[in-house]
Amino acid sequence: MAERTIPAPKSDPETEPFWEGARRGKLMLKRCRTCGEAHYYPRPLCPFCLGETDWIEARGTGTIYSFSTMQRAPVPYAIAYVTLDEGVTMMTNIVDCDFDALAVGQRVSLVVKPSESGQPVPMFTPTQAAS
Amino acid sequence: MSIRGQAYIAGIYEHPTREAKDKSAAELHVESARGALADAGLGLKDIDGYFYAGDGPGALSLANHMGLRLKHLDTTDCGGSSYILHVGHAAEAIAAGKCRVALITLAGRPRSDPSFGATMRAQNAAAPEYAFEAPYAPATANMYALAAMRHMHEFGTTSEQLAWVKVAASHHAQWNPNAVLKEVVSVADVLGSPIIASPLHRLDCCVISDGGGAIIVAAPEIANALKRPRVRIRGAGEATKHQLGGRIDLTFSAARWSGPAAFAEAGVTPADMKYASIYDSFTITVVMQLEDLGFCAKGAGGRFVADGNLISGQGRLPFNTDGGGLCNNHPSNRGGLTKVIEAVRQLRGEAHPKVQVKNCDLAVASGIGGSLATRHTSATVILERV
Repeated sequence: MAERTIPAPKSDPETEPFWEGARRGKLMLKRCRTCGEAHYYPRPLCPFCLGETDWIEARGTGTIYSFSTMQRAPVPYAIAYVTLDEGVTMMTNIVDCDFDALAVGQRVSLVVKPSESGQPVPMFTPTQAAS
Repeated sequence: MSIRGQAYIAGIYEHPTREAKDKSAAELHVESARGALADAGLGLKDIDGYFYAGDGPGALSLANHMGLRLKHLDTTDCGGSSYILHVGHAAEAIAAGKCRVALITLAGRPRSDPSFGATMRAQNAAAPEYAFEAPYAPATANMYALAAMRHMHEFGTTSEQLAWVKVAASHHAQWNPNAVLKEVVSVADVLGSPIIASPLHRLDCCVISDGGGAIIVAAPEIANALKRPRVRIRGAGEATKHQLGGRIDLTFSAARWSGPAAFAEAGVTPADMKYASIYDSFTITVVMQLEDLGFCAKGAGGRFVADGNLISGQGRLPFNTDGGGLCNNHPSNRGGLTKVIEAVRQLRGEAHPKVQVKNCDLAVASGIGGSLATRHTSATVILERV
C-alpha cells in the first residue's frame, strides 16, 4: 500500500525537545511547575495558569478519543485525538492497522514515523482489538 | 449597555450567482453591497460603518473600491460565523453612536478558483500549534468528522439521524431556484453517498459555491423611515472554544455559551423561536448547535432532527428554509451571512411561500466559524419582527 507523505514539522527553540524526543522514539510532554497540570501541545508557559513548565517523558500509551478515516485522499489515512494516560489529548494519526477495525476507546501505543525531512513524528497504533 | 432594540436589519442581499467564472471577488462584494442598499432603500452615502471579515482583498481595498466614507471599521474575522457576529457588533456600534448605517459584506469564489479552499483553510505556519497538527493532515471534513464520531460514541447518534438534516435542507432547497442542489434527497440517498471522512458522507457536507451577500444594519430612526418590513436585533452572543490545553471535549460547541448569552439579552427562550437559521457546514454541526442552543438536551440532537422535525410546515423547528449551506449556497466557504439573510426573509414574510413560517415573529441565527474539533467562534443573534 502506498504511504502518505507526512509534512515535516517545523521545530522552534521552545519545542525542539519534543522533536528531539521523537528522534529517540519518545513522546515528550510539558507539565506546570506551579499547578502541576500536564498540557498539550507543549508550551513554555502553562495554558492553565501561565506558570513555568518542565519537560516530562510520556508513557506513550493511551486510548482513542475520536478518529476519522479520510477516504477522499489519494492515500486514505486515519486522523485521531488520542487521550494519553497522562490525561491530555493530542491530535495524531493511527497507523499500521486496519482502519475499518478502529473504534473509540481502543488502546493504542506510540510509534514514530518519518516525515518528509526525515524528522520522526509521534503517531499511534492499536494494541488491542476493538471490543 | 444592551443592544436590545437598538438597531435594525434594514437591507439584505444574497447574490444569485453560485458560479462566478467571469467576476472577481471584489466585484461580488460591490454588487452585494449595492443589492442590500437597494433592498433597504438607502444609498452609498448613507453608509458610515463597514464590517468585513477575511474573505476578500482587504477592508481598506474594498472601502476604496466601493467609495465608502467610514466613521467606523470592524474587521473581526472568525471564519464563517463572522457575519453573524458582525450583526451584533454593528448593533453595538450603532447603540454607542459610532455609526448609523453599517454595511456587512461577504464574497468569494471557491468553486471557480480551486486553490481558494486550500489557501483559506491552510493552517497558519506561524501558529504555535501548526507543527503539532499539520503532519497529521487535518482537513475541514475530517475535523468535523471527529466531532461526529465522538457524538455517536457518547450519545448513540446515528448516520441516519444526521442524514435527516440534509433531507430537511433538500426539502427546502427544491423551492429555491438559485440553490446549487435542488433535488429532494432521502436518508438512503445520504447513506448511499461515498464516505468523505468517516462517519461523514458526501451528502453530509455542504456545497462549494461562488457568491456573496450583504447586510445593512441601521439605527432605529433610519429603519423607521424606510418602507421595508422592520426586523429588530433583540440579542446577540459570541464565544470562542479551543483545545483547552489538551482537555479536548468534542461533545459541545461554543454555541453552549453564545446561545444563552443571546437569549438572555433578548429576554426569550429557544421555545419562543418560530424559525432557526443554523450554520450547516456539515450535518453534525447542526445537531450539536441545536443541543448547545437549548432546543433539546445534550445528546438528544440526533433524535430531535429525525423524521422531518426541521422541515417547514411539517416539523417542530423549521430551519434553513433557503436550503442552507447543505443545498443552497456556501459563498466563500462561509455560511454565516446567508443564515442571517434567510432569518430576515422569514421575519419579513418574504421567504418562498412553500417554506414561509406562519406568523414568524421571532427567529435565531447561529453559526460556528473555524473548526468544530480545534478552534472556533460561535455567534448567535435573536431577531424579531416589529
